[in-house]
Amino acid sequence: MQSFIKKYYYGDIPDDVAGSTTVISKEINKDATWPLWEVFIRSKQGLDHKHAGSLHAADAQMAIENARDVYTRRNEGVSIWVVESKYIHSTNPDEAESFYEPAADKIYRHPTFYDLPDAVKHM
Amino acid sequence: MDLHDFPALFQQKIDSETKIEPLDWMPDAYRKTLIRQISQHAHSEVVGMLPEGNWISRAPSLKRKAILIAKVQDEAGHGLYLYSSCETLGTSREATINDLHSGKAKYSSIFNYPTLTWADMGAIGWLVDGAAILNQVMLCRTSYGPYARAMVRICKEESFHQRQGFDILYTLSKGTDEQKAMCQDAINRWWWPSLMMFGPKDSESNNTDQSMKWKIKRKTNDELRQQFVDMCAEQVKVLNMTLPDQELKWNTETQHYDFGEINWDEFWNVVKGNGPCNKERLDARRKAHDEGEWVREAAKAYAKKRAGKNKHIAA
Amino acid sequence: MNKNSEINTNNKNTFLTDYCLHLADNSLILAQRNSAWCGHGPILEQDIAITNISLDILGQARNFYQYTAEILNSSKNNSSAAVTEVTEDSLAFLRDNREFKNCLLVEQENGDWGKTILRQFLFSNYQYLLYLQLQNSADEKLAAIATKAIKEVTYHLKWSSEWVIRLGDGTEESHQRITQSIHELWPFTEEIFINAKYENELTEDKIAVDVSVLKDAWYKKTAAIFAEATLTIPENVFAQKGGKHGAHTEKLGYILAEMQFMQRAYPGCIW
Repeated sequence: MQSFIKKYYYGDIPDDVAGSTTVISKEINKDATWPLWEVFIRSKQGLDHKHAGSLHAADAQMAIENARDVYTRRNEGVSIWVVESKYIHSTNPDEAESFYEPAADKIYRHPTFYDLPDAVKHM
Repeated sequence: MDLHDFPALFQQKIDSETKIEPLDWMPDAYRKTLIRQISQHAHSEVVGMLPEGNWISRAPSLKRKAILIAKVQDEAGHGLYLYSSCETLGTSREATINDLHSGKAKYSSIFNYPTLTWADMGAIGWLVDGAAILNQVMLCRTSYGPYARAMVRICKEESFHQRQGFDILYTLSKGTDEQKAMCQDAINRWWWPSLMMFGPKDSESNNTDQSMKWKIKRKTNDELRQQFVDMCAEQVKVLNMTLPDQELKWNTETQHYDFGEINWDEFWNVVKGNGPCNKERLDARRKAHDEGEWVREAAKAYAKKRAGKNKHIAA
Repeated sequence: MNKNSEINTNNKNTFLTDYCLHLADNSLILAQRNSAWCGHGPILEQDIAITNISLDILGQARNFYQYTAEILNSSKNNSSAAVTEVTEDSLAFLRDNREFKNCLLVEQENGDWGKTILRQFLFSNYQYLLYLQLQNSADEKLAAIATKAIKEVTYHLKWSSEWVIRLGDGTEESHQRITQSIHELWPFTEEIFINAKYENELTEDKIAVDVSVLKDAWYKKTAAIFAEATLTIPENVFAQKGGKHGAHTEKLGYILAEMQFMQRAYPGCIW
């Protein structure tokens, strides 16, 4: 017994200890899987839509309704946007250096770069 | 440090409490650990709907029925948030669920115990949700961004779960002799399995604790378990009930409660599939999924047809 | 108050409580049926959706029961003291089969997902039209409950309509399944639009809605949704009736046996 007790946390039992006495494998039916959508919710008038999470739905109409049922059960929203996740384009964090760091060089954009003569005040 | 020493940069981020986001570089083992942990957590929420869902139809008052429905529904929501954060790591929900249904993946063994009386709804809320909350509050600060955000949302919603459980027990404890007996019986049956939810003792591990180093977890099993025992040992007094442990007593030196030894044989047996309800729980999940297949298929087929029609109009 | 008018008031009260119970029972039994999906839906998102509907209509049922209890308790206080108080729970859990006044449609089995959403559509379509009118009821309490509920039902109707269309016009299998469910449920739709005695007695005073006039609008909407779903409305179907005055199908007995178990096994307890 002792030998295979390793340190696991709640919700983190390793896969080598089967959860079921039998393993029944089944193919995933692609025709029965719905695409993933990202949900953005405006929590009250005057605020931006904010990413709330994602969900699955067969189409946009259903995605909006699912978002209502899943993400606004406690009156969290006044407006919902959904977009199919595959249409989201993103920066690549590996290129973060080329993407953001050049801006870090351009300190001339910051006013403190300029060492003004003492005579000039309040610029 | 070399700018391209990814592992070192990664650990540096972790150490400086910068959250890891989906597209960031991460060690394979970190990704795998997360997928395993988040999916098990998700499965636990969804399988966890069953023992309580079992009593929705028999709830003893309309108010209790409404509360229980809302609570079990919340768990579906929590499962959904967690499957979503798992998807950010590159595994589809369908694949994750498939692992559960095939018997490959795990869920918390607590849900393999049967709910025999109404009092079990109280005991689950108080003890099982109570144990889960300690774990989840800690996980709100976990290093992986999407997991942490899901946990924040879950903890917010979860706050009423433990209270409603305690409230059920409290009402029973003020009731008839039969109700009091029902209350004590449920506490007796759920106490030890709840302690097992925190996992094996720290001392029984000789592995280096990678999860702590990666700040996926921030407290050890024993720390959380002790916190739980200390909390419950006090709360049970309010109920005028007892916890089924002869060795439970306040230790003035440690300023904590001492408690008895957990039956680890039982723990591993339930984990391995020999719990009283393992089969029923998995069968119920498989059945729901299998019987829903034609529904999901039809909705998808209809969406395709409609998209086709719209294109036609546009052209 | 002379004897005759007292009897009249009493009768009126009985009609009113019967009417409230009818509305409450409809919602409770359907909520009980729908809530059986919680944890067993075809996908998590829809599990949550049907459970939301279940919660909404359970809430409606509670409002109607609470109002009924209020009326019953106040009329009892007038006549004789020291009678056990009526509550929403005594009404839901301590009446038997013959006293339940829900229409037969809501007690029919869940069947597959298609049958459940079809039952929801047929019922929500009626409930929407009903509450639309009930908002103007001369009884302020009923009007208030309807005003709150109409928002919920508007969504139930939209949601269930979309599902009928999806399954009707989805795959061959879904089309065939929902067609089968239409044949199973259609016989129970007629009853909804036949006024029971308590409805007839209360329509004159503009308290109850005359359900017979809702039928055309209901049929039109159903036909439109079915047409979009490529489904057909069955013809020459023999209608099953009786639920509204307590003559139910055998299914209700089992629903009550399960739902009322705790209150029957442990009478008089507080939960």
